[in-house]
Amino acid sequence: MVGTAARAPPPEPDLSEQKPRSIRQNDLPDALPDFRNLGVISRILVFANALAIFVAIVRSQRLPEVGNRFVEIAGFLEPLLLAALVVLYAAAPLLSTWPYGKALAAVFAVVLAVTAATFPLPALFGVETSSAQLFAHLAYAAAGTALLAWYFHLRQRALSPVLAEARLQALQARIRPHFLFNSLNAVLSLIRTDPKRAETAIEDLAELFRTVMSDNRRLTVFADEVSLCRQYLSLEQLRLGERLRVEWLLDPAAEPALVPPMLLQPLVENAIYHGIEPGMEAGLVQIRAERNGDRLRLQLSNPYHPEHQHRQGNRMALANIRERLQLHFDVEARLDTRIAGERYEIDIMIPYRVSA
Amino acid sequence: MNPARIVIVDDEQPARSRMRELLADCAGEFPHAVAGEAANGIDGLELVATTHPDLALIDIHMPGMSGIEFARHLQVLERPPAVVFVTAHDQYAVQAFELDAVDYLLKPVRAARLLAALKKSAGAARPGREVLERLDPNPRRYFSVAERGRVSLVPVADVVFLKAELKYVTVRTREREYLLEESLSQIEKEFADTFVRIHRNCLVARSLIRGVERASENDADAGWSVIIEGCSEKLPVSRRQWTALKELLKA
Repeated sequence: MVGTAARAPPPEPDLSEQKPRSIRQNDLPDALPDFRNLGVISRILVFANALAIFVAIVRSQRLPEVGNRFVEIAGFLEPLLLAALVVLYAAAPLLSTWPYGKALAAVFAVVLAVTAATFPLPALFGVETSSAQLFAHLAYAAAGTALLAWYFHLRQRALSPVLAEARLQALQARIRPHFLFNSLNAVLSLIRTDPKRAETAIEDLAELFRTVMSDNRRLTVFADEVSLCRQYLSLEQLRLGERLRVEWLLDPAAEPALVPPMLLQPLVENAIYHGIEPGMEAGLVQIRAERNGDRLRLQLSNPYHPEHQHRQGNRMALANIRERLQLHFDVEARLDTRIAGERYEIDIMIPYRVSA
Repeated sequence: MNPARIVIVDDEQPARSRMRELLADCAGEFPHAVAGEAANGIDGLELVATTHPDLALIDIHMPGMSGIEFARHLQVLERPPAVVFVTAHDQYAVQAFELDAVDYLLKPVRAARLLAALKKSAGAARPGREVLERLDPNPRRYFSVAERGRVSLVPVADVVFLKAELKYVTVRTREREYLLEESLSQIEKEFADTFVRIHRNCLVARSLIRGVERASENDADAGWSVIIEGCSEKLPVSRRQWTALKELLKA
């Protein structure tokens, strides 16, 4: 692009920086809670009884009355709750196949029907009841059900694994545009003089981007991550020539281990961007992987150029990988960095897992 | 008119050979000769000194010295070449180029774009110091002085102190002195982390200050002067800078 006549390209969004906005929470399918889950059942019991205590307090003039009021309410509430839960427990498989709106309407219908059906029960034990009371109970039951439905709805949103997954997706490592354009330029330089090498380079580039753009949320075999890095490095070698030296120290036991995809590549890319490119002389990138009992240990080191720390992006890439490790392995993963003399070192420990 | 002489300065060998190919493609419409290529700014200055090109095609990201700093050093020459910057992806620089109407090419470069840039560069004004400073706000690695038609570089890290004279700034390293055509206050601003002002006309390398002493031992009213590591020259501290300097010494 030349000079002033051309327009500047629009600022490119760096997706690794963004909140996972692309997946809106509205896209989550709303669903009823699982009525066969013990946690759900106990939440319903606790919530309904807490509501009963609240109503008892509101309707009592003095404190000692509260107990009596609660017993009165419980006489209606507990049979209703048990019966409703039994019905919902039985209907759970059917309800889970229905759309949310229909299933929710069914739950309201069940609760109201059960309320009406269990209403005469206390009368058997001599409690006076009236039809006006029945309507009040139906109203309470409907309100309680609505509150519970709202609560489960919020809870689902807050805890949904889909959200964690969306975050993972947004955190997926992305290759620097800097690398893409420089590599394309290097490939162009080969087309006339060395078409064969140009072909290989484009194939490597295609494969690299296929991985970057694929669904990267599941763990991948470490050996695959290594071959991805080798393709990436061969492209960088093309561009940087003798300035880039790479040393792999691979423990064969590390190869079947499961790792988050694009775990190593962004680190290798960083090593080149911060360690090799700013150097006037040739530099070494060293990558070591070994199995340490039930852990996989990855170490990566590159020349350190203190004067180039203004080059942005290092901390971001590291924060990104750290967060992805945490989402995959929680507290079992560790990532440390340090400057040892003239080298920058990254040390990662994750649980050693293989696919079943 | 003689064909334009062009130099290519880029740290990546494939990028340089690609540029040569593209220049060859443009030769029909824009007669020129490639006078040489260099892999970094320092070699580039040497190349410019020996070949006196009309145009330099300069990659921005280079080790040692950025392409922008390289272009700044070229400006001390009496007849600096026109410059066209080349970059793969540099949002910040591209916006700055647009703002200051500096010519640039994006990698991968198209022959047609290159040709347009070549034609435009023939009569183009050289970018001024302020413009280049905006393009790369990081402090330079070197000061540059024109000496017998070539650019001499003085590593900023070697400078002991700078002193403003009537029209020039004297740069003092351990070995010798150079004259810069820059203003002391601009240097102070650019290298705030490296130099500290001790007097209206003097900046000293922060890392070399060892302490202060009375200018005269007998006279309690005499001012202070700075003790600089490995330099016997006594530099007086002005009353105005004394407070700031005291803070620095405490830290």
